[in-house]
Amino acid sequence: MNSQMPKWADVALIPLLNLLLAFLVSGLVVLWIGENPLHALVIIIKGSIGSAYSWGYTLYYTTNFVFTGLAVAVAFHAKMFNIGGEGQATLGGLGAALACLSIDWPHWLLAFPVIVAGAALFGAAWAAVPAYLQARRGSHIVITTIMFNFIAFALLVYLLVHVMKAPGSMAPETKTFPPGAHLPTAHEMLAWFGIGFPKSPPLNVSFLLALAACVFVWALIWRTRLGYAIRAFGFSEPAAVYAGISPFRVIMISMLISGGLAGMMAVNTVAGEAERLLIDSVQGAGFVGIAVALMGRSHPVGVLLAAILFGILYQGGAELEFELPAVSREMIVVIQALVILFTGALDNMVRMPVEKLFIRMRRGAP
Amino acid sequence: MTGKEQSARPDDAAPAIELRGISKSFGPIRANRDISLSVASGTIHGIVGENGAGKSTLMSILYGFYKADAGEIRINGKPTAIPDSQAAIGAGIGMVHQHFMLVQNFTVLENVVLGAEDGPLLGPSLAKARSLLTRLAGEYELSVDPDAVIEELSVGYQQRVEILKSLYRQADILILDEPTGVLTPSEASHLFRILRSLRDEGKTIILITHKLQEIMAVTDTVSVMRQGEMTATVRTCDTMPEELAQLMVGRKVLLRVKKQAANPGDVVLDATNLTVTDDRGVERLKDVSLQVRKGEILGIAGVAGNGQTELLEVLGGISSATGSIRINGKEVSCSGPGSDAGSRRRCGVAHVPEDRQHLGLVMDFHAWENMAFGYHHDSRYNHNRLFMDNRAIRHATARNMEHFDVRPATAESVARNFSGGNQQKIVLAREFTRGPQLLVVGQPTRGVDIGAIEFIHQRIVDLRDSGAAVLLISVELDEILSLSDRVAVMFDGRIIGERITSETNENELGLLMAGITSES
Amino acid sequence: MDFATVIQILDSMMRLSTPLIFACLAGLFSERAGIFDIGLEGKMLASAFFSAAVAAFTGSVLLGMMAGLTASMLLALVHGMASITFRGNQLISGVAINFFASGMTALIGQNWFKLGGRTPSLSGDGRFLPIEFPFAVNIESVPILGPIYSELFSGHTFLVYLSIPTVFLAWWILFRTRFGLRLRAVGENPEAVDTGGLSVTGLRYQATLICGLLCGLGGAYLSTGMAAGFIRDMTAGKGFIALAALIFAKWRPVYALLACLLFGLLEAIAIRFQNIEITGLGTVPLQLMQALPYILTVVILAGFVGKAIPPRAGGEPYVKER
Repeated sequence: MNSQMPKWADVALIPLLNLLLAFLVSGLVVLWIGENPLHALVIIIKGSIGSAYSWGYTLYYTTNFVFTGLAVAVAFHAKMFNIGGEGQATLGGLGAALACLSIDWPHWLLAFPVIVAGAALFGAAWAAVPAYLQARRGSHIVITTIMFNFIAFALLVYLLVHVMKAPGSMAPETKTFPPGAHLPTAHEMLAWFGIGFPKSPPLNVSFLLALAACVFVWALIWRTRLGYAIRAFGFSEPAAVYAGISPFRVIMISMLISGGLAGMMAVNTVAGEAERLLIDSVQGAGFVGIAVALMGRSHPVGVLLAAILFGILYQGGAELEFELPAVSREMIVVIQALVILFTGALDNMVRMPVEKLFIRMRRGAP
Repeated sequence: MTGKEQSARPDDAAPAIELRGISKSFGPIRANRDISLSVASGTIHGIVGENGAGKSTLMSILYGFYKADAGEIRINGKPTAIPDSQAAIGAGIGMVHQHFMLVQNFTVLENVVLGAEDGPLLGPSLAKARSLLTRLAGEYELSVDPDAVIEELSVGYQQRVEILKSLYRQADILILDEPTGVLTPSEASHLFRILRSLRDEGKTIILITHKLQEIMAVTDTVSVMRQGEMTATVRTCDTMPEELAQLMVGRKVLLRVKKQAANPGDVVLDATNLTVTDDRGVERLKDVSLQVRKGEILGIAGVAGNGQTELLEVLGGISSATGSIRINGKEVSCSGPGSDAGSRRRCGVAHVPEDRQHLGLVMDFHAWENMAFGYHHDSRYNHNRLFMDNRAIRHATARNMEHFDVRPATAESVARNFSGGNQQKIVLAREFTRGPQLLVVGQPTRGVDIGAIEFIHQRIVDLRDSGAAVLLISVELDEILSLSDRVAVMFDGRIIGERITSETNENELGLLMAGITSES
Repeated sequence: MDFATVIQILDSMMRLSTPLIFACLAGLFSERAGIFDIGLEGKMLASAFFSAAVAAFTGSVLLGMMAGLTASMLLALVHGMASITFRGNQLISGVAINFFASGMTALIGQNWFKLGGRTPSLSGDGRFLPIEFPFAVNIESVPILGPIYSELFSGHTFLVYLSIPTVFLAWWILFRTRFGLRLRAVGENPEAVDTGGLSVTGLRYQATLICGLLCGLGGAYLSTGMAAGFIRDMTAGKGFIALAALIFAKWRPVYALLACLLFGLLEAIAIRFQNIEITGLGTVPLQLMQALPYILTVVILAGFVGKAIPPRAGGEPYVKER
């Protein structure tokens, strides 16, 4: 009696309508600025998926958003809103950098697992404190994770200015990682198979790691006992207690995994692209993760699709600025905000009328 | 304040409240059916009935929370529309809700004036309220420190604030919904003194309760509600608790269970001195000791809210208690580590909770996921330490659904899409098929249709016959009588009597349920 | 550290605290009514932009401030719709509003002024000018009191002087008026308000609009008082520091003022000194000073130093029991 809509409407129709609304309003914004939204759309699409070169950038961004999106999604399953992806990814960068700089790596295959572990561990550690405070002391995780974002940033600046700065350098950044820690780019990897790919896009092996993370999260949530406990807790805490599931354990583990995933973003940006630790390597990807998880309905497939969409927007947005100077790349931030607003906060605005429609249809055709 | 003016004439013939043909449905559930009621001005009128009989719905209609589907409300003889709480207050109706509508960190004064302030500034309102409170305190034994913060007051005082709120709004009609549920006996008797003095001042009071003693103690007239209908209205001095108990419970459809005499074996559950104190410091379960043997059903009868829920949750490992629990002679913890629900299951305890939607099921889980709920660590449901064997769970689900006749037998449906009866069958199938040593089950047939009731009853007896010890908690006396081998009656957090089922009857148990023991 | 430096730091604290005070009071009204608002930052930013932009067009700082307040209140209205009418997630709505403001201001700024997201520099009537107290110049040379009067108290802009009375006005409204009583009640127990015959929705919308208004003042100060124009993302986390101050003050107005002054002081010290030498402890890095408001807030939230209990109904949309 409580479910008025078929499942497809819930998982596909509503998100699509939300997305459509977000794009519609974005189009109006472009129109207001005095440009043709359709023209802008064509530029975005051409600029992001029109060539191998642009794909190389789009998928690079996608990689970031998959990690941060999965991070938010895993926490969502336990009904935790982890808004701290930004800080966890910042710390992940630190972990990745320490791994890269620790020894003079002979080969990337040896370095890779250590880099991944370093990034994930540091990200998870940064999520651990807010998680513990939520589980044991009831401190609201949203507020503590926001605070930890700022603390993370201050910590990183301190370390880059005072501790880890490359000798002789003026900029607050570490020295370039040793060549043995260089992760193969798409150009290099495809060359092994004799396939040509442009050299400059930063797309690298981390993309495969992101895909693996999707599979990992899918298996974790829907195939393991832990995932079962996480989902049960997320749906109903009293029922979880009835089933003998420990709320403390679920909160801690789901947040550690969430933080670890956010941290792993650094494998792509710090180890894969910059090859040194910069002051702002996260660039808001932690927040994009919120939009991605909301749009993807916290399912890895949805997250992947939403991450690709945002990858397209980020890469296309850069092109947009180039082609239409009136529309700067902040347009993307606006679109992102509207997606979060319509899919996340104003969901009921679409859901209520659609539900009514389905009830009326059902009554019409019993 | 039309109500105010008219009730100023106490000899007015018109009743203070008159309800004519009130009906209200929530979807398919008919909460109130054609209810008519008349309450004379300056009297205390009791409304009794079991949980879900429709008392609260009726009062919510009177207070403007719900709109009746049909019927008319007359206040002091005048037809009155009550679309919202504002209108109810305007008509001179005040309500003391079961869960107090107080702002916890406000002072008494602030709570009293909230929504009934005199002007944009608080100062004058508070001063006025302060003087009125002083006056009322003297008149009705309603003294409360006006500057005390609500959360620092005991429940009894909080309730006085609720009454004061209504009086401050010049209510002439006061509705109290289960007012003594959270009170100590001395607080309750103080409340009754307040109510009597209010009545003597000409106020009309409606007291909703399921406690018959209170009805006898304080009301002038009483109505009985059962399954959404008003079954009787009598003068209190013309009736007896036994009669009311029978009217409340009613003669339900005769249920037949095929049942052999019990063949009790060793003691499985041995609980001694279980005591549960809630977070307000009130003892909800007081020093309860009981034993259940292999192959027998112990029924716990009692009006809802007398500690049964707490007993069930302690045994199921959901809430903690002091005292001791032994299962098959082995001590298990009742608080701290090892007292969680998982540990209980490992001791062979299966728990069918009273509230399947809140506890027993994850409503957003598929039926098959719910079939493993609580047993998700079971090796049969897992490939290894990490991965669950979803195929095995689905397989077991299909089998269990067939055995327990769950309809529709679709393991892929989400729990909330099943009807109440079928949701219950999913829970029962899950718990019964584990071959438990001890089954604790609460309200097994609440909200379940007649056909399914018989089926569920038979399964409980079968489980007993297969050698399990069964502790059955139900507010349905018929159910207790037709299933149990022994009956214990709970009242006010205690077990106040125990009988062999074959040697007792509904009347005797009804008296015990009302807290009347032969000794007293 | 000599006396002149102390005065300078305190003077800078006054200026730096002002936007925090407005934003913190904004959050106070919203959260006291049961609406979590992590979108303070975005509303301030929108107001900062529109204040500066309209001031740049019209040359009138007052018209600019009006535009800023309007923008901020419109965003507040969106937040109200999401959290009250459509019972959406208040935190997600706040996040969206922050991004929306950040993106829109940069986008429109670039479109209108072509200065990389900045507005032109404001001058004359286009911004709030310092108000010199009478005789400030004359008594500047009086030891101790002179600098305190002339530098610390005198010479701030209108909004700085407005901020502190606003705190007491907020206290008075919340604790001495009927509206305040109802507003606090709706954040603690909306059901009590509802059964008392009052409108939960109406009260909450009023609270969000006040929140928008106050954020607007904070934003207007940033671009037309403290600075002479808008630059991209100029709020730079001030909305979140204000949020931290609100928690630090445990949702109480006068404590909020103190918290904002404290966080303003920390910022002033951090700007004045890159590193602070404390004998025996070594160097306190600038970054620790910057992170201190957040660290303190986490400590408060953890309940180690007095428990911060938010309004009980905070974050939950009100649904009538069925």
